[in-house]
Amino acid sequence: MSLTTFKIWRSEATGGQFRDYTTDITEGMVVLDAVHQIQAESAGDLAVRWNCKAGKCGSCSAEINGHPKLMCMTRMADLPAGKPITLQPMKAFPVIRDLVTDVSVNYRNKLKIKKFKPRKPDAADGTWRMAQGDIDRVQEFRKCIECFLCQDVCHVLREHQLHNEFAGPRHMVYAAALEMHPLDVEDRTGDLKDTAGIGYCNITKCCTTVCPEKITITDNAIIPLKERVADKFYDPLMKFFRMFT
Amino acid sequence: MEKFETYHHDVLVIGSGGAGLRAAIEASSLGVKVAVVCRSLLGKAHTVMAEGGVAAALSNVDDRDNWKVHFSDTMRGGQYLNNWRMAELHAKEAPDRVRELEAWGAVFDRTADGRILQRNFGGHKYPRLAHVGDRTGLEMIRTLQDHGIHQGIDIYQEYTIVSLLKDGDGVVGAFGYDREKGLFKVFQAKAVIIATGGMGRIYKISSNSWDCTGGGISLAYHAGAELIDMEFVQFHPTGMVWPPSVRGLLITEGVRGEGGVLRNSNGRRFMFDDIPENYKGQTSMDEEEGWRYTQGDKNAKRPPELLTRDHVARCIRREIKEGRGSPHGGVFLDIAWIKEKIPNAAEHIKRKLPSMYHQFKELAGVDITKEPMEVGPTTHYIMGGVRVDADTQMTTTPGLFAAGECAAGLHGANRLGGNSLSDLLVFGKRAGEFAAKFAKENKGGIIHDSQLEEIAAWALAPFERDASHEGVNPFQIQSNLQDMMQELVGIVRTEAELTDAIERLQGLKVRADHSAVGGNRGYNPGWHTAIELKHMLTIAEAIAIAARERKESRGGHFREDFPDKADDFGKMNISIKKGAHGEMVVQHVPKTKVRDDLQQIIEEMK
Repeated sequence: MSLTTFKIWRSEATGGQFRDYTTDITEGMVVLDAVHQIQAESAGDLAVRWNCKAGKCGSCSAEINGHPKLMCMTRMADLPAGKPITLQPMKAFPVIRDLVTDVSVNYRNKLKIKKFKPRKPDAADGTWRMAQGDIDRVQEFRKCIECFLCQDVCHVLREHQLHNEFAGPRHMVYAAALEMHPLDVEDRTGDLKDTAGIGYCNITKCCTTVCPEKITITDNAIIPLKERVADKFYDPLMKFFRMFT
Repeated sequence: MEKFETYHHDVLVIGSGGAGLRAAIEASSLGVKVAVVCRSLLGKAHTVMAEGGVAAALSNVDDRDNWKVHFSDTMRGGQYLNNWRMAELHAKEAPDRVRELEAWGAVFDRTADGRILQRNFGGHKYPRLAHVGDRTGLEMIRTLQDHGIHQGIDIYQEYTIVSLLKDGDGVVGAFGYDREKGLFKVFQAKAVIIATGGMGRIYKISSNSWDCTGGGISLAYHAGAELIDMEFVQFHPTGMVWPPSVRGLLITEGVRGEGGVLRNSNGRRFMFDDIPENYKGQTSMDEEEGWRYTQGDKNAKRPPELLTRDHVARCIRREIKEGRGSPHGGVFLDIAWIKEKIPNAAEHIKRKLPSMYHQFKELAGVDITKEPMEVGPTTHYIMGGVRVDADTQMTTTPGLFAAGECAAGLHGANRLGGNSLSDLLVFGKRAGEFAAKFAKENKGGIIHDSQLEEIAAWALAPFERDASHEGVNPFQIQSNLQDMMQELVGIVRTEAELTDAIERLQGLKVRADHSAVGGNRGYNPGWHTAIELKHMLTIAEAIAIAARERKESRGGHFREDFPDKADDFGKMNISIKKGAHGEMVVQHVPKTKVRDDLQQIIEEMK
């Protein structure tokens, strides 16, 4: 049992400010529990987006003491004791209200990536055969819960707000899952170069650091995609080779 | 000019989990204009939390499996209260629905010969659950989402429906608001599909996400649709019990499917102590045989940990009540012990149960590859819901369809694990198909302004009351409701407690009518909760009334004062409908006779 102070970003008609709330923290609580408690006790209209409170839906992304995290998976016990805790919305996106941001740009950008297109079924029963070893890397990407913390921490989106030029780490992972899917026959390299702007990524790996699903975004998804794009568009030998195939 | 912004569609789908998305995909593929209303963001619905797998008799792992075995397992698990036609359609169509997901990009775990891998689960005779580790729901919802967004469906994210709209007997649309600004919107449609999932949030200890308030079931009820089987609530045997803030969080049955065992504080595998008569022939009597079953030995019978959820949950409750529980009021679920049996057990556990490993490590500081988990029952699912036609999924209200958890029938008195995800796919598709057909064949009706004004005034009333004065805090009422349901309408029930619950619900309803909120309409959780209370209280009352009516114990419904099954109650479902004066009208609906060929299958597999 300990009284803890939270400095929570509250929106106002113009802009907003941090306001202090104090609530009682008991064993095992996560930050989202504290926010709910504050809501019930003293701030009924404190806006927070959440669904599962189990780290599975990726709704409650925010910045806790400046670090992009899921509020439901951040234990109070892991934060510095005796100090106020700062909660603010993700910086890369426009604020709707309080801790809730407008992440709709991510949904629009996903639409620009060509959908899954499987090859013809292998087996007589209309299905396919795939070895587990061939899908392991795709399954890693498909763990993504779309919390958009990787987008939040990506300096291209966070500092430069280039959402229209660069699709961001989440969509690199999405594209990688499609490109490396053993059944997929679509070619997305042109789109990755142009509409998705893969060249903007300069592999600082901040996205990998914050991923709550521990997807190795940069090494396993972005770098291999960059290589594919480079092979296709910038490799003179490959270019020459393709002229005859 | 219209007072409220109005959207026009042929088919309106309320809910964006597995059933809603599958329905929308089907309807739009038939050439009608479709809207999906998501209460949260797209892809965040409760389906995302499903872990263990989707049940379908693909017979990839055991070639003795087929739809007939799946059908009879489902009926046995549901204590034969199931709608047999739904159970038939479900067992027959589930394999195609799963293969279809693969064609849309889903990446299930594989067998050695490259086909979809299937795992063991409670009540399923053969390994039947197609899965992706323990995050099958995420795979499913993401596959449907990523396929659906290219289908030309209009998707409304973070919109809440407050009421359905009617013209005469038929449904003509819905009225709601967008969460961001809190502005009212009208959705006009020729057919409406309810796909809003369950109601776990009316209990204190629940595995369900925020969305699961029973909203859609209540919308349908208030629009005149009949509800059935509301007494049948599934308490999943294994929820987390410690720390308090995660109490109820689900631990997949897959843990037991992979060889996890339940023990009490004496170290005893207590599930061997009580094996129901109708499962004796299928259950192993010794620990060694049970282990062999989980490792794929086709000659071995399944361990008692994999009995149906209703039974396992009650056995756990018994151990806790009789003083053989774990330190924090649960029992022990141990997967770490398999290191005695297989090499690299820790790696194996992390690969097969990654989110369980993660969840315990992050939230409880427990390493499940080294020590047992503490588990206890948690509210997980409602078998009951809106009564639907088995083939078309239309409710008793014309133009209104329902699919998934909010619809009733398939699971009878108890649902088998894995049958929920297949339910969403099979009946989501059917609802989409027949709603589209209905929309093509019917012109729709008129939306009456007076209805809209009335709903809007009701919805805004909490702002009119003085929060600091006599108004009641909606969070407080919600919390009181959850405590009360947990205490009086839980896993073991009695007449006196149910009567008490029904009386207390009347008091909570009065208080809900005085709920007051501050702030403005934009993204206001207090206001949202105040509106939601109506649905939560409606569903709670329906459950309590149906539970009091069923004077026997069967499946998920256990009455301490009537601990045995009663033949009369095995022949009927309890239905609840809104009466002329707003009261709940309870009826006993006789079950239709099972078709002869299906009855024969049931007998053969008994």
